[in-house]
Amino acid sequence: MALKTFPITPQEAIAGLTDGATVMVGGFAGYGVPVHLMTALRDSGLKGLTLITNDTVNLAAGKPSPAMLVEAGIIRKVITSFPITGSVGAEIAKAEAMYRSGEVEVELVPQGTLAERIRCGGAGIPAFYTPTGAGTPFATGKDTRDFNGELQVLETALHADVALVRASVADRMGNLVFRRTAKNYNPIMAAAATVTVAEVDTLVSAGELDPEAVGAAGVFVDRIYLRPKP
Amino acid sequence: MEKERMPRELILMRVAKELEDGSYVNLGIGMPTLVANYIGDGKTVIIHSENGLVGTGPMPEPGQEDPDLCNAGGQAVTMIPGAAIVHHADSFAIVRGKHLDAAVLGGLQVAENGDLANWMRPDRGVGSIGGAADIARGAKKVYVAMEHITKDGEFKIVKRCSYPLTGAGVVHTIFTDAAVIRVTPQGLVLEEAAPGWTPEDVQAITEPTLIVSPDFKEISL
Repeated sequence: MALKTFPITPQEAIAGLTDGATVMVGGFAGYGVPVHLMTALRDSGLKGLTLITNDTVNLAAGKPSPAMLVEAGIIRKVITSFPITGSVGAEIAKAEAMYRSGEVEVELVPQGTLAERIRCGGAGIPAFYTPTGAGTPFATGKDTRDFNGELQVLETALHADVALVRASVADRMGNLVFRRTAKNYNPIMAAAATVTVAEVDTLVSAGELDPEAVGAAGVFVDRIYLRPKP
Repeated sequence: MEKERMPRELILMRVAKELEDGSYVNLGIGMPTLVANYIGDGKTVIIHSENGLVGTGPMPEPGQEDPDLCNAGGQAVTMIPGAAIVHHADSFAIVRGKHLDAAVLGGLQVAENGDLANWMRPDRGVGSIGGAADIARGAKKVYVAMEHITKDGEFKIVKRCSYPLTGAGVVHTIFTDAAVIRVTPQGLVLEEAAPGWTPEDVQAITEPTLIVSPDFKEISL
């Protein structure tokens, strides 16, 4: 493992990504999204990416979602639990139109299964059985098996070339502290990628964080991008 | 002529009455989230939001929103004293590991065998499942809160769901604007009906044959 790096710009922070790569982007409903890194990715000119993220819906005002990546035309496939708004009669977002037309492929995954597939990807577990989705379309084409008298579905782990995650504080060892529900997928995605880039508000020296407050250990983190002060 | 169905607030109040003191409960996005407003001060119900919050509090006053704190619908919320925050995989360990006493979900269709469909109208082509499939399978009791029939008068309580399922055989009780119906191995049992409604009135807007409970009564809140 190379030394941690501290890129100055978000463009530098995502350097090395190539066409066709698989990218995880942390966040939930616009909370805990690494907005600067995500925006640099949107403007990167890359093509044919696979995006793994909870949702591609702009739910909260002023909180951009990974929908911007889909709408920029750089994504080939999205693995997600919430690709479109649930509201009936809502205006069809550009991303939804791209899903409906087949321009972008959607692999729809129950949210808990998505989180566990990511967790397993970081934990070295290639597959697992889960009760979620048994007897529903989410089990179609998958191995099923009885454990303890209940039908279970075989699901496989997810791993990415790059994970873009959001944290509140990092130290120079790469340890991350998360705040409130901005935590969501960020700790598990940090572990599940070859290169993990964290976007943080504050960077401190080694020894300044309470080790027990660390939400993702620095062993998972490669690059730390310090946001400009607002 | 069809009788008058109850306003949405009364469905929410009736579901809230069902939640037990000290229980951990997930409230689905949309109408089920509003159940929290009707729990009252007499009991403590700890609300789990699947984005990792155990102990969701009410909406903040305008201007008091925390930019890092939301519920599963992406709405700004507060935390109750003693709340805990976990990452997403742990949040669904709570769900799947049977640590939730109950969940309240919306419904497009519920079948007499307890199948639930609530995530996609087939004509839309794309749907969002969110956490519903995990919650439907993981909560100890799954309560569905919904209108009894569609705006076009179609059955929502059906013999077999025609929409894609969220969970197979998962529903415990259905709370509608006309009735409270329990799912049992023998079939759907009509426990309560809206004021002025007879079992025949409820049956008329329900596709499967209802078993009338020996304790059948008017809904009370």
